[in-house]
Amino acid sequence: MREKELRLVVTFHTTADAMAMEKACREQDVPGRLIPVPRSVSAGCGLAWCAPLTEREKLCAVMKEQGIGPEGLHECPVRV
Amino acid sequence: MIYMDNAATTIHKPEEVRAAVMAAFGTMGNAGRGASVPALDASRIIYGTREKLARLFHAGDPRRIAFTANSTESLNIALKGLFSRGDHVITTVLEHNSVLRPLYECRENGVKLTVLGCDGKGRISYEEMEAAIRADTKAVVCTHASNLTGNMTDLERVGAMAKRHGLLFVVDASQTAGVWPIDVEKMQIDVLCFTGHKSLLGPQGTGGMYVREGVHIRPLLSGGSGIDTYNEKHPAEMPTVLEAGTLNGHGIAGLGAALSWIEKTGMDRIRQRELSLMRRFYNGVFRIPGVTVYGDLETEKRAPIVSLNILDYDSSEVSDELSTVYGIVTRPGAHCAPLMHRALGTVEQGAVRFSFSFFNTEEEVDLAADAVRELARG
Repeated sequence: MREKELRLVVTFHTTADAMAMEKACREQDVPGRLIPVPRSVSAGCGLAWCAPLTEREKLCAVMKEQGIGPEGLHECPVRV
Repeated sequence: MIYMDNAATTIHKPEEVRAAVMAAFGTMGNAGRGASVPALDASRIIYGTREKLARLFHAGDPRRIAFTANSTESLNIALKGLFSRGDHVITTVLEHNSVLRPLYECRENGVKLTVLGCDGKGRISYEEMEAAIRADTKAVVCTHASNLTGNMTDLERVGAMAKRHGLLFVVDASQTAGVWPIDVEKMQIDVLCFTGHKSLLGPQGTGGMYVREGVHIRPLLSGGSGIDTYNEKHPAEMPTVLEAGTLNGHGIAGLGAALSWIEKTGMDRIRQRELSLMRRFYNGVFRIPGVTVYGDLETEKRAPIVSLNILDYDSSEVSDELSTVYGIVTRPGAHCAPLMHRALGTVEQGAVRFSFSFFNTEEEVDLAADAVRELARG
């Protein structure tokens, strides 16, 4: 297995929110990718946005701008 | 990409399916709405697909088959349309949320529910099922195969039991239609719910249900039917009673082509190949230290699914690793089967599901087993 690194993991209420997040992040060149939600985090939707810790501000700005209410914003180890 | 999430949906469809959908675009009118050439073409294609489904399920009259968007819709129509306050319904922990959630809604409206448990390998007890039958029991609702373990229910046995006690028998065939023989007469099934996009190899957005003659389901929807326009009520005849609004004609054209392909190829051949791939994968992984496989793999009477965990690794991490590093597509997590996971003790960890299709290869299976072996090394 690949090594784990601490990442920012954003969970969502719905799959549609997760897809809106991916679209907006790609359009705005905000790094990250969709991953299955790690078990240490429980969420309504099975997809989470995983990004470097340094991107917190950008991610929050994207979510605010897109009207995406995250279910949770976590820092957790993810294999990258 | 090695696709092994066929229990979620099949990606590899016969070429004829794509051709039929494409041909329907640009030519297909609205079935049952007038007698124009395009409308009749649509009606013929849709009726032809009903005939093939009736043949597949030994339903006799094709008009006993109604089209829906998927199993979930079929099950909602069946369960909410059959049961009323005071009815008692028996189901199992093997069920998908497409059975459980409508039943929970029914329970909120006064339907009483018994959910049968299972043993450590995810098998139900038919004796317990019969013992759960009471004077107010209206129906048994169960899946033909668990979408998590692949374990199958003996439909002939349950059907005979249901009939002996005068109960309705409703079956979810999401994981078996097109792979395992289903005979609604022999199995004494009253309502059979199926989806088109999994083992039936049709497009997403297609599905349907068989309803035995004499079984009346209150429809969820009413509206356009193309017939009896001046009647304030939606027509009561099958299949129109359950098909308000325009059908997914383009999708049904594809489903019809998929059914022809299944007839031509032979369901026995399809099943033998899928089970052989499943067995090959199971044989490749079950002895690996740290690998836990769920379900009853001692029998060949099962859906082509192998769900497993590696050590105490999060199934989401394993599935992501399989996808990112090896290009192998699996499904982690809870699989919309909350009670099955609870019964197996895998609520926290989830499980990694490998599910096989006729179009997978031995080489892909071996690569997947090798990947599991590597991941289990840590």
